Amino acid sequence: MIFGLSIIFILTSILTVAGALAAALLKNLVHCALSLTVTFAGLALLYLQLDAQFAGFSQILVYIGAVAILVVFAILLTRGSGIPEYRNFSTSWFAGLAIAAGIFALLAWAVLKSLPTSVASAAPQVTVQQIGLALMSSYVLPLEIVAVLLTVALIGAVIVAMPESRDPKSNSTQGGAE
Amino acid sequence: MKISSAFWTNLDQVFVLLQHWIEGFFPQWLQPAIGTVLAVVAIVAAFPGIFALTTVLERKGLGRIQNRLGPNRVGPLGILQPIADGIKSLTKEDIVPLTADAAVHFLAPVVLVIAVFLGFAVLPVGRNMVLVNLDAGLLFFFAIGASTELSIFMAGWSSRNKYSLLGAMRAVAQMISYEVPLLLSSVVAVMITGSLSTVKIVEAQSGFTGILPHWYVFTPWGFAGFVLFVIAALAETNRSPFDLPEGESELVAGYFTEYSGFKFALFFLGEYLAMFSIAGFAITLFLGGWGAPLSILGFIPSWAWFFAKLLAGILFFIWLRGTLPRLRQDQLMNFAWKFMLPMSLLNLLVAGAWRFLGDGWSRWVVCSAVLLVAYVLLGRVLMHHQHLGARSYRYAE
Amino acid sequence: MTPLAAFLIVAALVFAIGFAISLTRRNAILVLIGIELMLNAANLNLIAFWRFGPYPEALTGMMFAIFSIAVAAAEAAVGLGLVIAYHRQSKTTDLDAMTRMKG
Repeated sequence: MIFGLSIIFILTSILTVAGALAAALLKNLVHCALSLTVTFAGLALLYLQLDAQFAGFSQILVYIGAVAILVVFAILLTRGSGIPEYRNFSTSWFAGLAIAAGIFALLAWAVLKSLPTSVASAAPQVTVQQIGLALMSSYVLPLEIVAVLLTVALIGAVIVAMPESRDPKSNSTQGGAE
Repeated sequence: MKISSAFWTNLDQVFVLLQHWIEGFFPQWLQPAIGTVLAVVAIVAAFPGIFALTTVLERKGLGRIQNRLGPNRVGPLGILQPIADGIKSLTKEDIVPLTADAAVHFLAPVVLVIAVFLGFAVLPVGRNMVLVNLDAGLLFFFAIGASTELSIFMAGWSSRNKYSLLGAMRAVAQMISYEVPLLLSSVVAVMITGSLSTVKIVEAQSGFTGILPHWYVFTPWGFAGFVLFVIAALAETNRSPFDLPEGESELVAGYFTEYSGFKFALFFLGEYLAMFSIAGFAITLFLGGWGAPLSILGFIPSWAWFFAKLLAGILFFIWLRGTLPRLRQDQLMNFAWKFMLPMSLLNLLVAGAWRFLGDGWSRWVVCSAVLLVAYVLLGRVLMHHQHLGARSYRYAE
Repeated sequence: MTPLAAFLIVAALVFAIGFAISLTRRNAILVLIGIELMLNAANLNLIAFWRFGPYPEALTGMMFAIFSIAVAAAEAAVGLGLVIAYHRQSKTTDLDAMTRMKG
């Protein structure tokens, strides 16, 4: 226990932050995407340490199993594996870094200066059944809205990314196909 | 000689008793850790052992299906072939292409094997024999299964080889497409059981009416779910007839192409272990896990039933590999999105109707009728545009 | 340092790094990666406050985080679709070159 924190927490948070830093600093785009995956895995382990097992497994399933693969496919489809013809960092990189450092300083100062809240030491025993009941009773409206949102996003992403049809006049006579 | 029931109970729990006995040698505070370590050692020893057996079965079985003998030089009837294969793969030179991305190239098989071994943690191998009884066990398994897709992409991309990349992209597209029917067809078992825990799902199927078991596969929605799950499982593990990503006649070896020696053996091991774990989950969800098929056979140990069912599943997969032709990429994707997804969604509705109609013969008739009609209609609609005529032959002039 | 403060500092650090990625890198896909990191950091904040807060049995924080995961996945899909569509148009993913809406 260092500073009152468990070893597992320190190792996991080092892994997470290292993955995020690698995603920021690496030149090869696919390496960045893979270190993003390491960050997601580290975050899932942090959720598991917070007794949020459903959130942790959903994080692995959705982020590592879907979002990371999406990012990697997008990199491949835009040919990110070669050497890019432009520089890696934009010309105003120092301003961006300074703003990000300022944000972190502000958040850390706010966390450390605020009064410690009453730490609930007992781990909440959350079963998936409770989550299901909550989804179907208190959270049924957000559930339905998220369902509609996901459908819209699915159709929208397909339409946006779909290549345009070759010939705009596609209702020419096709012959006796049927 | 009458064998007492205590003997059969002890035989059923022999591994649990062995674990407790070994734990007894250690102090109290160390015992849970030692128990976990023993269970992990058992998993790491047992499933690669089954892998070795499967390689022999597959090569001999495929050989016989294809009217040839298969390996028969090493040991009687070629049984010791895995040892020869292991020695070969360990001693082969490890070739890494010059332009390959060395770190990612090395990590890809490691990620695959770790992810696959993690998936065995929630598989109930026998009564009281599961490594971790997670409340969200099934979700854990599917989450870990989704991580294996990333290792396949890593393998294909890091080789800097057109064929590997093409094979990897095909494999990932196929695995993503079939993951949706896989999850949806397993949700019906969760719906009826009321829990995501694999132990509870097996226990819910452990009753008997008369002599017949309460396995989910013997219900209309369970049978449809089982068939859909097995087809999706074949596609998830890139087994024939969905093995286009590693089709030997097309892509050299797909995303494996630039791997040699021990890393290739790790990929091979990872693929087969993934096949075992997903077959194990099909057994857990639909075939009653470690339960006996007839109540009079309940004295045979639970782990023996599980491994017998697993062996039957493996033989079935080998049989499919030797019999069915490979599906083309567009046929594969059509099948996933246009047939399996609607059928799994309909299966969800049917399972809900099963629950609402209550006990009796009416729910059997209604559910079976809905599923059969949907299957026939969907099949007809999909085959509508394919003009299958009489076979025509063309001969060289 | 209480465990809650430690989790919040880690979340703030990941948020700041995601913010830095979005502001300093030139590739459009890396900007989306930064946005995903920021969303993940916010999720970690939610779960940490749920766990160490007064009413964990109300499941509010966990539910919020789960919905956030779903929405973030949808947004990543649409964003990457946009990047792919733009790349098809102009054959580049350089953000500093995407200065005009023409085309």
